[in-house]
Amino acid sequence: MKKGLKRREFIKKTAIALPLLSPAGIMLTDLVRTSCAWAGTGEVSGYNPLDHYYGMGIHIDRCIGCGRCAEGCKKENLVPREPFFFRTWVERYTIFSNREETEVDSPNGGINGFPELKTQQNILRAFFVPKLCNHCDNPPCVQVCPVGATFKTQDGVILVDNEYCVGCRYCIQACPYGARFLNPLTATADKCTFCYHRLVRGLRPVCVEVCPTQARVFGEIGTRSSPLVRFRRMNKISVLKSDLNTEPKVYYANLDGEVR
Amino acid sequence: MKRIPDQLIRLSVPFLFIILALLIIKQFVTPETFGDLGHYRAAAIEDISSIEPHYAGFQACLDCHEDIMEVQQGSYHRNISCEVCHEPSLEHVNDPTEHLPPAPRERGFCPLCHNYLDARPTGFPQIITMTHNPGKPCINCHDPHDPTPPHVPGDCAACHRQIARTKMVSHHVDIQCTECHDTPEEHMINPRLSRAMKPADREFCGGCHAEDAQKSVTNLRIDIDTHGGVYVCWECHYPHLPEAPEGGAPE
Repeated sequence: MKKGLKRREFIKKTAIALPLLSPAGIMLTDLVRTSCAWAGTGEVSGYNPLDHYYGMGIHIDRCIGCGRCAEGCKKENLVPREPFFFRTWVERYTIFSNREETEVDSPNGGINGFPELKTQQNILRAFFVPKLCNHCDNPPCVQVCPVGATFKTQDGVILVDNEYCVGCRYCIQACPYGARFLNPLTATADKCTFCYHRLVRGLRPVCVEVCPTQARVFGEIGTRSSPLVRFRRMNKISVLKSDLNTEPKVYYANLDGEVR
Repeated sequence: MKRIPDQLIRLSVPFLFIILALLIIKQFVTPETFGDLGHYRAAAIEDISSIEPHYAGFQACLDCHEDIMEVQQGSYHRNISCEVCHEPSLEHVNDPTEHLPPAPRERGFCPLCHNYLDARPTGFPQIITMTHNPGKPCINCHDPHDPTPPHVPGDCAACHRQIARTKMVSHHVDIQCTECHDTPEEHMINPRLSRAMKPADREFCGGCHAEDAQKSVTNLRIDIDTHGGVYVCWECHYPHLPEAPEGGAPE
């Protein structure tokens, strides 16, 4: 006979030891974690997310296509300057009177202005459409995230957890508005945050702040005194891709049916 | 009493082991605040909130630069935030002497908003950069804080260029704008407060185009009583390009 533990005995003993040891292990991990607690420096006092529920309104008639919103957004949020990465951008729609295909262009998101359109056809109407994350009430990007790195906050903003995102790009695929991109600096998904770091300090998002014609309106959805509520009451409102049931919280006034 | 089969008991041991191991691993890999508010790490909100802004906001500028604000509040640029032109300035607010916000002086900046584009809303002041005082920096004539043009525009085309261009290729090329549009003096200074008038009846066009009109013989003549039924002229003919509408007259 061999000396030492037999297999059967070994398994028996581990089966007894494990339940006894595991609480000790759990306690140990908790201890380790509390010792290197979160560096929670950014807590802004006096901000209660439950008091807010944000949305944005966009006057199509007022947008002059200057692209200051896209430029300001890049400067505020340190978005890479390459023309593939935008948290917000401006599109120009040109509809021709001979019912040819509608032309949509957005050179560098509109940051450097728009060139005069070189066309021989008669233009029926043309206008600018600023775009950004719609902060859907029913967000498809949050549904598909496999790790829970993107989420809807209590004040209705869709955010991405940079620390926790694995960069799988599912959310980029899932977003029907093309509002997300993979940030090459962090290798994580990136998108408009409604300038959340400004909201908690009582400031407006930068695109709203810098818009020279007040084409963008920002405010609370539920508070009656909010400029957004007035905007929704006084204008003909539509949202992008309403048929997808995403319930966007970015509202457009006098949006042309041609806009996708 | 029925005994639990022996093989099940033996199998349950490794299963129990695996389940316990997974529980312990989960304890290690789940971030601390995960699940506090939902299926996410609640501390991420703190992380994002702690990002420092770069734009100070309109109110911060108002605190020191009241003199400029006063000029700006009376001008067409009254609703434009300072940082649109002067770049993000929170650093300047925190340390006014060390960081000075730049001011764009070159000709390329203003046309971002004021260059003529088809897609811009009608009535928004636009210029054609190629022909509008070429080469001169905008700030030579316009104070950006109060950009009202130094001279009242003498020509309607200065603002209504698209209409002027259309009219240029039409039979109405020689007709002055004021012949049809009764334009108050004030319209040149405050275009939105005092509007130019438009002709409202068929008889106005009839002044030239009726059969008995006392005008040049080459004018196109129509019988004003029967032509077009009850429609006002401009419902079919665009007065700035009055050639007959496509598809002929309505039935």
